[in-house]
Amino acid sequence: MGSDLEQLYQQIILDHARARHGSPLQDHTGEGVMGESHQLNPVCGDEITLRVGVRDGAVSELSWDGAGCAISMASASVLTELVQGLPRDEVISLVDTFREVLRSRGRIEADEEVLGDAAAFAGVSRYPARVKCAMLGWVALEESLLAANT
Amino acid sequence: MTVVATPVTLTPTPGAAMTDAEVHRIRNDFPILGTEVNGTPLVYLDSGATSQNPLSVLEAEQEFYEQRNAAVHRGAHALAVDATDAYEDARAAVAGFIGARTDELVWTSNATEGINLVAYAMSNAALGRGGEAARRFSIGPGENIVVTEMEHHANLIPWQELAARTGAELRFIPIDDDGALRLERAADVIDHGTRMVAFSHASNVLGSIAPVTELVGLAQAAGALTLLDACQSVPHLPVDVKALDVDFLVFSGHKMLGPTGIGALYGRRELLNAMPPFLTGGSMITTVTMERAEYLPAPNRFEAGTQRISQAIALGAAANYLHETGMERIEDWEMRLGERLVTGLDAIAGVRVLGPAAGLPRIGLAAFDVDGVHAHDVGQFLDDKGIAVRVGHHCAQPLHRRLGLTATTRASTYLYTTTHEVDTFLEAVAQIRAFFGAR
Repeated sequence: MGSDLEQLYQQIILDHARARHGSPLQDHTGEGVMGESHQLNPVCGDEITLRVGVRDGAVSELSWDGAGCAISMASASVLTELVQGLPRDEVISLVDTFREVLRSRGRIEADEEVLGDAAAFAGVSRYPARVKCAMLGWVALEESLLAANT
Repeated sequence: MTVVATPVTLTPTPGAAMTDAEVHRIRNDFPILGTEVNGTPLVYLDSGATSQNPLSVLEAEQEFYEQRNAAVHRGAHALAVDATDAYEDARAAVAGFIGARTDELVWTSNATEGINLVAYAMSNAALGRGGEAARRFSIGPGENIVVTEMEHHANLIPWQELAARTGAELRFIPIDDDGALRLERAADVIDHGTRMVAFSHASNVLGSIAPVTELVGLAQAAGALTLLDACQSVPHLPVDVKALDVDFLVFSGHKMLGPTGIGALYGRRELLNAMPPFLTGGSMITTVTMERAEYLPAPNRFEAGTQRISQAIALGAAANYLHETGMERIEDWEMRLGERLVTGLDAIAGVRVLGPAAGLPRIGLAAFDVDGVHAHDVGQFLDDKGIAVRVGHHCAQPLHRRLGLTATTRASTYLYTTTHEVDTFLEAVAQIRAFFGAR
């Protein structure tokens, strides 16, 4: 097995792809404001519907339904764990950091202090065709937060 | 000066079946097939998306630019004459390759443009363009267009748009749970209001071959036109437009050893000459005033503006290469590879092959689903081993949806694919579910 492939599909990614934290989609509890987004990658048909609840300026609930590759599903699962309870602004900056790492073609190292388990996706940055997969859930969260803000 | 590029294959005894030894000789004509990916030899199993080019094709294009580059069908200088000869020789080569007359072959960018050309010509006719002679192309409310449920988007969306522009209805002949065309339904779907029946000759996902005789028979009985999407047949098996008896047929050059940017539309001569043009402008006219224009007969009436000259010439060289190798022999070789793919994939636990079962006719490709592993991950795993396949919906979303899938993996072969490559691919697929921990 090529080590490149194992760099891409780290065990933590494969585990999250199966466990899918935050899935399936839950009804909004009714507390705070709710935002929802549906994202589709037309190249491969991967899709995700993500729902976020924001209370007192922080993520109070997050759930999603998706169909797609190991990278996209694991990424959404890791994201769910990572942003629970975080202030909205911090979440937005986290999404930006993650995007920057993924688009860097391997030039920017992922800071585990900041990105936690999501640092495992740094290997994706060497596969430009897969960056969209890893970003799918994160873009959905970004859009959901925008929707929750209006 | 004569211009047609000479094919360089070492031609074996005509009629003798192709062997791996011959395929290895053929591969020497394709520089890219010697590439290494991730430190292993490239195993290119994506010819259904785009094929690779032999030296004779690459050289034909380069030779044109080095020795004859000029605009065609205008200018009286020596280069312009040479360029025009080469361009028209290529048309004759490609037309001959599919059994068409030379003036029945219109150059297009690709098959997609060919289908759009016919669809827009029909709506132009519906607007009264082309006068009485073009009435047979007209379509409107109460009339319909028929496709199948397995079409590539290129043979679906242009007809959706034509229906939307003209108020006609778009119908489809359904497929069953295994992807087989429900031919028994065709007689109901195609009726006296049908103006066009458009379908793929060989499915780019299923690998199955359409019942052309039956569908053309139904269309003709209904007085409808027929268009065959031959993208996956013209490159891979002998095609004779007169024997198929279709009105129109389209294909793309880059899927048959040619360059990108060139394809062709075949149309019966009397139809092409009665059909209003799609793109208009220079080179397709006889007399032009400030108010109106008269158009040339086919094929020029459909070739507005400066054409894809070098690509057309290179496609002529590609057709010659395939002809020299022998389309019957290529078809036989690829069907054997297709059978090897299906039987090999069937033997792997958790793998479901789409389309005809082993033993049934199929071109040299197989799309499949790996239980518990997304196609994108399958493709990534194979790429790591230097194996290039297509993943996704292969521009056939309705077909995938009908089969309960969003994305599949497709391995597609060509005349340069070895049995060893197919086996390498099968060995890799057998490891995938374990790697991803699929249960």
